[in-house]
Amino acid sequence: MEPKKPPQDFTLRVRRYDPESGEAPYWDEHTIQLEPHRSVLEGLLQAKGRFDGSIGVRCSCKAAICGSCGVRVNGQPGLACHTHLGDALKTAKNGVIDVEPMGNMPVIKDLIVDMDAVHWKKIQRVTPWLLADDENMPEREHIVPKEAMVDVTQTMACIQCGACVSDCLSMEVDPLFIGPAALAKSYRFVGDPRDTQQAERLKDIAEDPHGMYSCTHCFKCIEACPKGVAPMSQIMRLRRRATGDHHIKDRNNGFNHEKAFVKNINKNGLLHENDLLADSFGGKLNPASGLFLAKSLPVITRALLRGKATLKVALLHPHKAPADVKRIFDTIENRDKRNEFNLYISGTDEDNAPNQPEEAPQNGAHAGQEATA
Amino acid sequence: MPSHDVLIIGAGLAGQRAALAAAETGVTVAIMSKVHPVRSHSVAAAGGINAAVSVDDDWRSHAYDTVKGSDFLGDQDAIEVMCSEAPKEVMHLEHIGVTFHRNETGHLDLRAFGGASVKRTAYVADITGQAILHVLYEQLMKHHETVDRYEEWFTTSLILDAEGTCTGCVARHIRTGRMEVFTAKNVILASGGAGQVWKPTTNALICTADGIAQAYRVGVPLMDMEMIQYHPTTLVENGFLITEGARGEGAHLLNKDGERFMEKYAPNKMELASRDVVSRAEQTEINEGRGVGLNGEGIYLDITVVPKKRTLEALREIVNIGKDFAGVDITREPILIRPGQHYIMGGVKTDIDGATPVKGLYAAGEVACVSVHGGNRLGANSLLDTLIFGRRSGEHAAERSKHMAMPVNDDAILKRDEAMISEIINRPKTGRRISEIKDELGTIMNQKLAVYRDEAGMLEAQEVVKRLKEESRSAYIDDRGTVFNQDVLGAIELGYMLDAAECCVLAALERKESRGAQFRTDYPERNDEEWQKHINTTITADDEPAITYSPVTITQWQPEERKY
Repeated sequence: MEPKKPPQDFTLRVRRYDPESGEAPYWDEHTIQLEPHRSVLEGLLQAKGRFDGSIGVRCSCKAAICGSCGVRVNGQPGLACHTHLGDALKTAKNGVIDVEPMGNMPVIKDLIVDMDAVHWKKIQRVTPWLLADDENMPEREHIVPKEAMVDVTQTMACIQCGACVSDCLSMEVDPLFIGPAALAKSYRFVGDPRDTQQAERLKDIAEDPHGMYSCTHCFKCIEACPKGVAPMSQIMRLRRRATGDHHIKDRNNGFNHEKAFVKNINKNGLLHENDLLADSFGGKLNPASGLFLAKSLPVITRALLRGKATLKVALLHPHKAPADVKRIFDTIENRDKRNEFNLYISGTDEDNAPNQPEEAPQNGAHAGQEATA
Repeated sequence: MPSHDVLIIGAGLAGQRAALAAAETGVTVAIMSKVHPVRSHSVAAAGGINAAVSVDDDWRSHAYDTVKGSDFLGDQDAIEVMCSEAPKEVMHLEHIGVTFHRNETGHLDLRAFGGASVKRTAYVADITGQAILHVLYEQLMKHHETVDRYEEWFTTSLILDAEGTCTGCVARHIRTGRMEVFTAKNVILASGGAGQVWKPTTNALICTADGIAQAYRVGVPLMDMEMIQYHPTTLVENGFLITEGARGEGAHLLNKDGERFMEKYAPNKMELASRDVVSRAEQTEINEGRGVGLNGEGIYLDITVVPKKRTLEALREIVNIGKDFAGVDITREPILIRPGQHYIMGGVKTDIDGATPVKGLYAAGEVACVSVHGGNRLGANSLLDTLIFGRRSGEHAAERSKHMAMPVNDDAILKRDEAMISEIINRPKTGRRISEIKDELGTIMNQKLAVYRDEAGMLEAQEVVKRLKEESRSAYIDDRGTVFNQDVLGAIELGYMLDAAECCVLAALERKESRGAQFRTDYPERNDEEWQKHINTTITADDEPAITYSPVTITQWQPEERKY
């Protein structure tokens, strides 16, 4: 263990808002004294205890378990209790640590936001309870694979803090987007073998115009999540289940687009965007494809004018993928099941041997991230 | 004025389980909590829940282990109820969606835990409490038409009618500051423990003895208040909990010589002796100069002996806690721990249906004392306690509601509480700050009401608590607003904590023996002849606690010497 550093001064600049004052929000500075490995929450509590008890912040466990203290520190969403003062100082401008309420939710007072109005409403949107087969409930427990329960533990690890909701870019553009936390919650049931309505759940969030296809893969929620839930990874898994397992066609034509993508690479080795569009609508001869092509004429014209596409390439490009690409496809397609990375399933069998100090540290959040990057 | 057949105060496991059970019978139910339900401290319970579900196990074995763990202070009728109903309750949780981890055959996997003679702890990695709490909340969302939720409402007082029957409570809507009388045929207290009386503690900031003090103030006796559990593995750094699951998975405790010292204290169970025994062993090692760390004030918990893959799968949360809060990778190096305040076995005295001596008032979970834990609670029995007695209170209260009319309350208590709050808000800034008093209380309780106790130390604590109680009457706050005035709630909570502390110290002074979590260096032996009984503290007219006794119920296990 490294020796701990002694207490030092930190200046916290807290975004304050008093709804009763009729005044606009303002910044309020307090200098607190703590060791750098103490949390921003401990800093706030010291300021509250010593200088100003009126600073509003929800908090309870101080250990990143209860999910109360979601805030933005220097613009980054997360838990105040899970952010070290020393680390916060490194990203601070002019040596002052900014603490603000989370985004995408209305502020009630100071750092306290209205989670009910946004976060919990969205959670309720995904039928957030198990739909087991009540008619045929076993007397004892359901017999389910060990891996399945470990798998859904990653989404059970969500503490509903709202950090992912705070900075969801899609939600900023479309406030009706179901959002990362609720979609991760949805995976908790879609991935649970005891749930009897998985196809219906997937259909529901695939067909919703603000559903799972509104995520733009920006990674913000993965960065924000203090528990390694990796909501975006869960959204991608929902999509893979919807398309790959249940053949659900979604309103954005994402399913066919994905299939066209895979077909394109499989056939050509490289992506030929000229085919991609047509294939996404069932091939060049499909009437839907023709309609979409007609609608896309301005785009196609611009592409031709700028040399991004040429008629020669569009019509006469080689249709042959190299052997290596074929081999990759064969390997993946011959697997019994899809490999999915999970926070709780990490490492290899060799890790079963006790303590291997020379090994690089495992980072669960990264394992999840690589899966979908 | 809202009115319900059953009103539950507190929305952790006990409260939510009570609400769901009551609602199932068709009565009108409301659940109220000062925080959003999933923020409740049940979320922090890590290791698992005990139940004799294995074919090789029997609930009587679980019951005997619990009786022995309690150091023969637990009431055996209550323990029998808890342990015999445990398997059914765990299956119920599984059916409504708890993602219990499985073994290779797809059945519930079970892990070893302290004081248990076989593996009987069902778990979800090391987030069992969180998983169960969130699944119960899923059920509350599902049953939103039959259970009204009052989230972020702070209870200021229970209301009793002229006959001394509980008829509701007064609460403050934290978001608006509005005060309201809630009328109920039956009230169930499920508001958790009193950990914040100690500093440090593994307990969350919300664990401020609210329900314990509210019941005490209306005349309900508090039982076993001297029995305070110090958990063997809390971080030296900040008091955070490292789950007993770590030792359940095989981790070792080492002193500065690298010795597995538990061999000396509990040669059979080693690290998996009951918590009081392990905490005492650690404290002895530290006191005798064999501790590790800066001032030799800690012990090493070595988790590196657990296969790494297993640690990552089953102990993920403490991997995070080690990394984020102590800068230690527990898969590579030992982590510095020591005993720390964790749980209060005592609380509001109830029978096996959760009913308190006050009609219409029930209690379940850590706020209550049935008593199933007696002198020392076994790990993974607390989740079980909350669920079994939460459900039983809910069912019993609902049944009672069916045979009575809705009571009528006036606004006398509301007016009194409004005046109390405005008096706090308008205090001149001449006294002490609330945070100072709270710190001093926590420090003295942690010094004098700890693993080892003696009369001189506890008398000193008693004096300090008395003075702090006086000082709290003029302690001032900064916030004069109504929206989310957490400052004024903090002042009310301090009052609750001081009441609980006063009863704890008095009961600990009274028990002149060593049993379970209470070890008195001035009375180091267990004395069944004089002290095989519960100590109750009840409020008197001059606002001080008085002592009474009640017998321990013994059904089939006579007291015997306790060895692990």
